[in-house]
Amino acid sequence: MKKTREEKILTFLFILPSVVLIAVFVYGFIGWTGWVSLTNWKDVVPDFTFVGFRNYTDLFQNLRFQISFKNILVFTVLFLVASIAVGLLLAILLDRKVRFENVFRSIYLFPMAISFIVTGVVWRWMLNPGTAITGSLGINMLLDEIGLGFLKSGWYTDPNVGIKAVVIPAVWQMSGYVMAMYLAGIRSIPQELSEAAQVDGASNWQVYRYIILPLLQPITLGAVIILTHISLKIFDLVVAMTGAGVGFSCDVPALFMYDTTFRGNFFAQGAAIATILLIFVAMLIIPYLRHGLKGGS
Amino acid sequence: MKCFKVLSLVLSVLLVLALGSVAFSQEKGKIEIFSWWTAGGEAEGLQALFDIYSSLYPDVEIINATVAGGAGTNAKAVLKTRMLGGDPPDTFQVHAGKELIDTWVKTGFMEPLTDLFHSEGWVEVMPEGILDIVSYEGDYWSVPVNIHRANVLWYNKQIFADNGFAAPQTFDEFFEIADKLQEQGIIPFVLGTKDGWEAAHIFETVLIAKLGAEGYNGLWTGETKWSDPGVTEALETFKKMVTYLNPDHAAFTWDEAYEYIIDGQGAMSIMGDWVAGYFFSKEYTDFGWAPVPETAGVFDALSDSFGLPKGSKNRDNVINFLKVLGSKEGQEAFNLKKGSIPARTDINKDLFDDYQKSVMEDWEKDVIVPSVMHGAAAAEGWVTEFKDVIALFVARPDVEVTQRALVQVAERAGVAQ
Repeated sequence: MKKTREEKILTFLFILPSVVLIAVFVYGFIGWTGWVSLTNWKDVVPDFTFVGFRNYTDLFQNLRFQISFKNILVFTVLFLVASIAVGLLLAILLDRKVRFENVFRSIYLFPMAISFIVTGVVWRWMLNPGTAITGSLGINMLLDEIGLGFLKSGWYTDPNVGIKAVVIPAVWQMSGYVMAMYLAGIRSIPQELSEAAQVDGASNWQVYRYIILPLLQPITLGAVIILTHISLKIFDLVVAMTGAGVGFSCDVPALFMYDTTFRGNFFAQGAAIATILLIFVAMLIIPYLRHGLKGGS
Repeated sequence: MKCFKVLSLVLSVLLVLALGSVAFSQEKGKIEIFSWWTAGGEAEGLQALFDIYSSLYPDVEIINATVAGGAGTNAKAVLKTRMLGGDPPDTFQVHAGKELIDTWVKTGFMEPLTDLFHSEGWVEVMPEGILDIVSYEGDYWSVPVNIHRANVLWYNKQIFADNGFAAPQTFDEFFEIADKLQEQGIIPFVLGTKDGWEAAHIFETVLIAKLGAEGYNGLWTGETKWSDPGVTEALETFKKMVTYLNPDHAAFTWDEAYEYIIDGQGAMSIMGDWVAGYFFSKEYTDFGWAPVPETAGVFDALSDSFGLPKGSKNRDNVINFLKVLGSKEGQEAFNLKKGSIPARTDINKDLFDDYQKSVMEDWEKDVIVPSVMHGAAAAEGWVTEFKDVIALFVARPDVEVTQRALVQVAERAGVAQ
């Protein structure tokens, strides 16, 4: 159906406000942040002297930034792998037509409805290891009770664990969401395919391995994108749960950005961190969007 | 979908505008007071000030704009956004000293209060040490409501009495006591480091101990080099102190960690005297105090103050509030709750408890040095980097690397080394 001239104009007018607003409030501010990151702004009063990439070179020599950058990479990989593994497992189990499926599904999904702040505070208490004097607390006490005392750890208070302890609540919160995605994916696969395979003598394992999993690939890709961008931007959970941690073992770039910008007044350096985070998220999202657009056309 | 999005956006913009205009129309008769006083004694102190203000000006509605957490870190972030965005609160809490002067006064965000200081007679009743740090280029810029001492060693009196310990005068004695406590299974040295500044607070007092008042002051002006052997010694001492900490220090903010002292599981700690207010609010009175070892005779001071930002929407109300802040009644009521001492020296000392009386005596006779971690001694950028270096030192106690980092941080702050 061909659009008339009026229709074209009308369509254009309809999308114009959102285009303008997004251009200003999203892309405009991204550009502004990029520009600020190239200036000498390090006081509450702006100083727009151009300094090139000095803020970036300073940043990569900054010990705290190096640590927080390494932390976010570790966090992202662990969070991604664990969330997807747990989510997929839950989805497969629920797909076995268990009784009270609705109840279980809701239980697994519930954590997602909670703010990261709440999760952070509660897990801070639960993962507090306690001291020799107070005895084990929280999760450690539980491990003691059920005879798994050897699994006890200092969690986030131990600089060698640090950010890895923050992965636990993050997975707890997001794996239900991944489960929901996978469950929808599994349900949308035509039953005939697995039935046909079963007629051919395939075991349950083979059905999942060779039929269901390959067909879930697009879901996995979507989950990876969503989880990674949540992970790279993670801030609230870390603030509420651990802060920067012992020797910055729980620090993430977003937290460092907040600290250096609003506490130290190093606005240009903060903008540089924001830009680096943006570049990393973009490296992930842009190929995905291009892939999606191509697929759509 | 897009259309729906635009519609909802337009609606939400309209809603915000409507709310804004409502706020605008009721503007008369309001005052917004911005602070980070949300916990225990400090919140009660603030309330005591509000009560006085309300009894004098019953028609003015007080908006208590507080932002919790991190010794004001979070509040300061919100404050900066609002100030830069042209929406200053009517009056706000700020540490007297460099934080006030470098961040807000030099940059032209504040109105001078010199006339008020003279008409209210504050110039006569407040000591020079405190007037100095709220002044810049001959004007006064904020009203100090209290004085805190940062270099205080707190201890559980019961534990000390049981063992026949006296408060340690030197770090040698400190470590001796700590060893004995550790043998008994008591945490010798209690601290919470979740917010990231607590370790730097303690290190600051160790610097004073090892460099003396003059040497410490010189660190912030360039007269003392950060490569000084005194700094090395302070780092070595601090390194040893860290080994006596409760291992779960990262799980707590300072006040949460102090439960160990209240419960008798922990013995000593170093913190500013807001601890006294916290203990009062927990109805715990069995605590002892002494200057941090080797800092007797030095008063590491910080002061909370309130100023008048340009563009304050309720200027007259603010002036009245500042008058209450600086008044005898105001200072007494506030500090009785908060555990600090009034900035005025003409108050009725009998109202205060033993701890505060002893601080008032020291305040009059000790050498006063400005606290760095609490905004008095150095600009905020320097303080931030300084506390990061020390926070890292707690986990990676490498004295040489840390000292080099401290030198670099000072250079970046514009103090030649």
